[in-house]
Parts: sequence; structure tokens; C-alpha cells
Amino acid sequence: MGALNLSLHQPNIDLSRYMRRAADGSCGFEVSVKGARCANCIAKIEKGVGAIPGVEAARLNLSTGKLSVVSRGVAPEKILQRVRDIGYEAQPFEAAESLNADEAEGQFLLRCLAVSGFATVFVMGLTDGIWYGTDISDATRQLFFWLAGAVAVPASLYAGQPFFRSAWRGVAARSTNMDIPISLAVLLALGLSIYQAGSHGPHTYFDAAVMLVFLLLIGRYLDFRLRDRARGAARHLLTLQSVLVRRRAPSGDIETVTAREVAPGDLLLIATGDRIPVNGVVEDHATELDLSLVTGEIMPQAVGAGAPIQAGTIVTGRAMMLRATAAVENSLVADLARLLEAGQQTRSAYVRLADRAAALYVPLVFSLSLLALLAWLIAGATLAQAVTNAIAVLIITCPCALGLAVPAVQIVATERLFKRGVFVKSGDALERLAEIDTVIFDKTGTLTAGMPVLHNAQSLPSGILERAARIARASRHPLARAIALAAGDGPAAPDVREVAGAGLETGSGDDIERLGSAAWCGALERDYQLWYRRGAHPPIGFRLQDAIRPDSSALVQSLSRYGLKVEMLSGDNAANVRAVAEEVGIASWFAGVTPQQKAARLQSLREQGRHVLMVGDGINDAAAMALAHVSIAPGTATDISQRASDMVLRGNELSPIAEAFDVARRARRLVLMNFALAAVYNLTAIPMAAMGYVTPLIAAATMAGSSLLVIANALRLAAPRSS
Amino acid sequence: MNGMALIIASALLVGLGALSLLLWALRSRQYEDLDGAAARILLDDD
Repeated sequence: MGALNLSLHQPNIDLSRYMRRAADGSCGFEVSVKGARCANCIAKIEKGVGAIPGVEAARLNLSTGKLSVVSRGVAPEKILQRVRDIGYEAQPFEAAESLNADEAEGQFLLRCLAVSGFATVFVMGLTDGIWYGTDISDATRQLFFWLAGAVAVPASLYAGQPFFRSAWRGVAARSTNMDIPISLAVLLALGLSIYQAGSHGPHTYFDAAVMLVFLLLIGRYLDFRLRDRARGAARHLLTLQSVLVRRRAPSGDIETVTAREVAPGDLLLIATGDRIPVNGVVEDHATELDLSLVTGEIMPQAVGAGAPIQAGTIVTGRAMMLRATAAVENSLVADLARLLEAGQQTRSAYVRLADRAAALYVPLVFSLSLLALLAWLIAGATLAQAVTNAIAVLIITCPCALGLAVPAVQIVATERLFKRGVFVKSGDALERLAEIDTVIFDKTGTLTAGMPVLHNAQSLPSGILERAARIARASRHPLARAIALAAGDGPAAPDVREVAGAGLETGSGDDIERLGSAAWCGALERDYQLWYRRGAHPPIGFRLQDAIRPDSSALVQSLSRYGLKVEMLSGDNAANVRAVAEEVGIASWFAGVTPQQKAARLQSLREQGRHVLMVGDGINDAAAMALAHVSIAPGTATDISQRASDMVLRGNELSPIAEAFDVARRARRLVLMNFALAAVYNLTAIPMAAMGYVTPLIAAATMAGSSLLVIANALRLAAPRSS
Repeated sequence: MNGMALIIASALLVGLGALSLLLWALRSRQYEDLDGAAARILLDDD
């Protein structure tokens, strides 16, 4: 169903910019394939695409859903269409340079992880934790120290690069981040150990340095995986601005231009299924428009010659000529894109929990170690002894578990939600979802299915639905599709004629069959949206209305039980909105709301200090969604609102929203608990370190112990709730 | 002492061997598509 919608709403896009040309003349093209899960899918897609003449290689990556195609002289549209024909959703991947940079970052993190993991295991075997209490000669110990140093120093300098770089960026920007104490602890631990080994001291901290790097890299890699998946979601979304349109030049020739080049006064050819690129008026003859993405009204609207049309609506009736009245920059879609950008900027001001913790923790750690240094100097210790103890404080308080506290919980939470059909685009989206106090729903396409569904199938005379469906299957009109869907698969009538604005017709003479408007079928009543008439028999009406999603009211109930305020904003008329609001149990609703008013409503709630979750699917919701504290789009939503949203639902259910909220709140609790655990664990070790009692054995035990505790705590989220 | 030197040297060798094996696997993109690798074993031709 979703795939069908997509192909109908797919704007004409210049796909050549997604092609990458190699030196030998072949073209690389990458396609994001949705829904491929098994060996069978790989075989079907690779064979199907490979069978296109000119395709040299096709390989599907099942983990990322990326199909890489190498071809010569094959139109990218053809490849996309083949994948869609096989039955999967397909979108072109942006062939941007940044993509390779992301891959390189992931590879580098893994290499660092491997190097530090090896060094940790090797060095731990040589440190005094192993021979603790046994008697070894001084020379042997010296040998062990230098061996450990020879492995630990290059390994931690290499694998610590991600932290050193980020710490340096922080210093350069005069801001604190967790990586500053981490980098200092690693470097100081190495320096102190070299000094100790050189001066025949009792302890070295080589193992602490590499272990610190190794444990923190685990957290860093988890965080990267999370962000990488989020980027994958944003990558395959297309830009509305690159839409191509066909324009009639003054000479009468048809030329293809980008929507940006259209000027007011231009004549544009709009085919059935095309999205209107700019505001304009109908030039030649009457047709029908699908406004559902703009206003939320699902019944197609008839428009006559001279009627004004807004950008973003889709032509479902006859192809027509449009006289542009505005450029793209001044059309509805561009207005919304600007609102969207403004909203996303306000959102990027959100400070993540981990950064808030760092802002508290970093000054605390530094002042504590400074305090230890001063106290030892005042107590009369030598400078070397005082510095050693101050560094020990820094090493022991290093936020090893703090670096793991957030990514460990978030990766478990997003993995769990992913299995339930919720795609979380960023880690801080979960943090924001946990803070909401208000939920605002769009109506059409969100609480409802967003398309007409047959409501009176039970009361129809027998056989009528099947007769009507034979005619309906020949048309792509939304009402005809609803009839075809209700009847299921079956034969299509031959020779169906479509009369724009009226309906369908087949047969001839006395046995002529018609499916269409009341006037077309000679009906007098207006209660039904579609009529069927055979010859001289009386016409029979079909009631076609938007269907409320079966789990809408259960969702509203469970959200209210959590104490959240629920509201509905819709562009549809008051009667329709009230009916839906009453059925799903929403007391507070607004009808006839324009996209700008939706955004204004979100803005005023934000100014009142409310944290709003916005759930919407249309072009008209995108700006409001970007202004919301957090937003969710159903999988059937338009590109632009999927881009504006923080989470996207797969499948047709809404109920995962309640679960997402529950998981987000539990994740937040676990993150805070992890912070507390890590802090308590580390802080209890501070007095020991400050007193000079911390041996490398204790340092290693606290570090590994608190990290394990934090990960174990995060895994609790994977278990289903006991209640 | 001699035995210890032998043990340490061999530990280092084995460890470095494993590390370079992992780095080689990373470089030859064997970690790119873990789900795909699991599924492809079921395909007849390939």
C-alpha cells in the first residue's frame, strides 16, 4: 500500500545527480531499499536488477538496505522501477562525499577499538595485578614495566585519537566536554608511569591508560552506530526543490526545467499523479485535485478553469495546463520549508544529558585533584609525591562509566523500539520524548488512514461490489481504488472509459455500466460519495469515508493515562474533525487550521514552556513538527514530514507511540541511575586516591567494575516490563 | 628467565597476529554487511 502511494506521489526528480561516473565510463548508482530482510530478498533483487540490459553488477547490503548498481547507459529510473516492480520501496541514495567520510569514521573507530583491546589484554598480563602478593625480583619487574610501556604508550596514543581531537576542539572553542578529563587522564597516566618505571617506583598505570581508552571507545562506537543509522534515514529523503517540470515555451515547444527556473506567467504541463510545483491557476479545463497532504481533506476536489491552486497538491483527474502565479520561493511548499528550517534551528539548541553531566562533572574533578595537590604540599610531601597523588585522583575519577552511561542505554532502547517498528533517528530524540507533557495529533493520515474506505459494504445488494470493482480496477482515481481494495483481487472490465469529473463507463447500449458521481449515474440523493448504475436499474450508492485507524482510541487512552494532554489540529472541516475527535476521545481539537496556524500553535505552546510531541504526516504538518519538542511521523507520511520528524513508524499501527514514550522514560531513568552509579563508584575511590592508597590494582578494579555495572543496568531495558 | 622471555615473546606474537588479522578483515570490508553474510550462505549460486 505504502509503495503504491509513493509511486503515485513521486515527483519528477532529476536523478542524474545521484549517479557517480567512474573513469572507465561505467556509472555507480546507489538505491536505498526498504523491506529487504532475507536471503530470498537478496536473490530476487540482485537477479531482477542484474537482468536489466546494461547492468554489470548489483549487490545488496542487507544491514544497511543499500543496493549498489554498476551499469553502463541505464537510466536510474529504470533501476528504481525494477526494484519497485519486484515489490520493495526504493529511493536513490545521495552520492555525497560525506557518506564516505562517515564510513571512514566508523572504520577508524573500529581500528582504534581493536588496537586498544589487544593492548589492554596484553598489558594487563604484565602489571602487578597479576603477581600481586607474589615475590618477584626487581629486575623482572622492571622488565615487565618497560614491556608494558612499549605496548601501552603507542597503543593509547593511537587509539586515543578520537578523544584527543574532540578535547582539543573543546579547548579551542573554550567549552568543557568529557573528553578533556579523559585525554588528560590518559596522557598523565602514561607520563606518570614512564616516570615511575624510570625512577624504579613501585607502580605503573600503563594498564589503566589503555583500559580507559578501550572502555570509552566501546561507548563511542555505540554512539557512532546510533548516529550512523539516523543519517541513513535522512539520506534517502529527496529535496522538493530539485523537482523537474515541463514548461511550454512561447514557441510552443515543451522544455524540461527545474522548478526553481519557473517564473510567474509560465505555462506548465501537469500530468495525472504529478505534484503541483508552484502556486498557479488552472489554464485549460476542469480536473480533480488531491488536497489531503495540504489540508487533510481526503475527497478529491473538482476545480474548474481559472481556479487558483496551491503548490503541493496532487492532480488525480485529467492532465492539465497550469499558469504559474508565483515562483518556487514564494509558493506554499517553500514557505513550509523555511518554517521547517527555523524550527530545526531552535531544536539544535537542546543540550544532551551527557553534556549537562559533563558541565557538572569536569570542574568537580579538576578542583578535587587540585585540592589533593595543595593538601599534600601543605602537609609537607615532596612535589613528586603530591603530583603523583593528584594524578591518581584524576585517573580514578575519569568518567569511564559516564562515557558509557548514555550510549549503552540508548542503543538498547533504540534496538528495542526498532523491533517494535519505531525508527529512532537520534539518541537525543529519546531524551526529548521522555520530557513531553502534551501530545498533538494531526487527523488525516495520522489518526485516520488518510484515504477513502468503503463503509457500507455489508448493506450492498449481493454481487454489486464485485460488478463495481470490475470497473474500478481500471482506474487510479482514489475512490475507484477504494472500491477495488474493498473487493480484493479480481478481473477488470475491458474497455473502461474515464470521463473527468464524472466517472467511469463500460459496455454499450442497454447493458451500459457506470461508476461515478451522483449526476453521472442519475441519482438524486447526495448521501453517498460514489454511485453504480447498470442499464435501467436504479443506482446504488457507496459510502466512502476516511477510516479511523483501529488503534487510535487505545493510543489516546493510554497517553491520557500517562497524564499527557492530548490535542488534535486538522486542516479539515469542523464536522469531520469533531466526528473523529469524539470517536477516539480527544476533548480539545481545532478544525480548519492552516499550516502556518499549526506552526503558530506549536510556537505559543513552546513559549508557555510546554514540551509537545507532534504526530503528523502531511506537508502541512512539517513546520509544526519541526517546532515541536519531539515529533513522530507514520511510515506513510510525506518525505518532508519524515524529514522533520525524530522518529518514523513502520507499518500501519500507531500503538508503538505509547511504547516509545514508555521506553524513553525508562531509558531516561536508567541513564540518570547510571550517572549516579558511576559517580558514586568513582567518588568513593577519591578519598583513597587523595590519601595516596590507590594502587593500579584498585584503579583497574573500579574502572572495569563501574563500566560493567553501567552496561548491566542498561541491558535491563531489553527485558519486557514485568507488570 | 629464559622460559619467561619465550612466553612473553610468543604472547606478543600471537596477540599481534590476531590484531593484524582483525585489521585485515576490517580493511577487506568483511564487517560491512553482517546480516547479508548470514543470509547469503543460504543462496544456492553465488
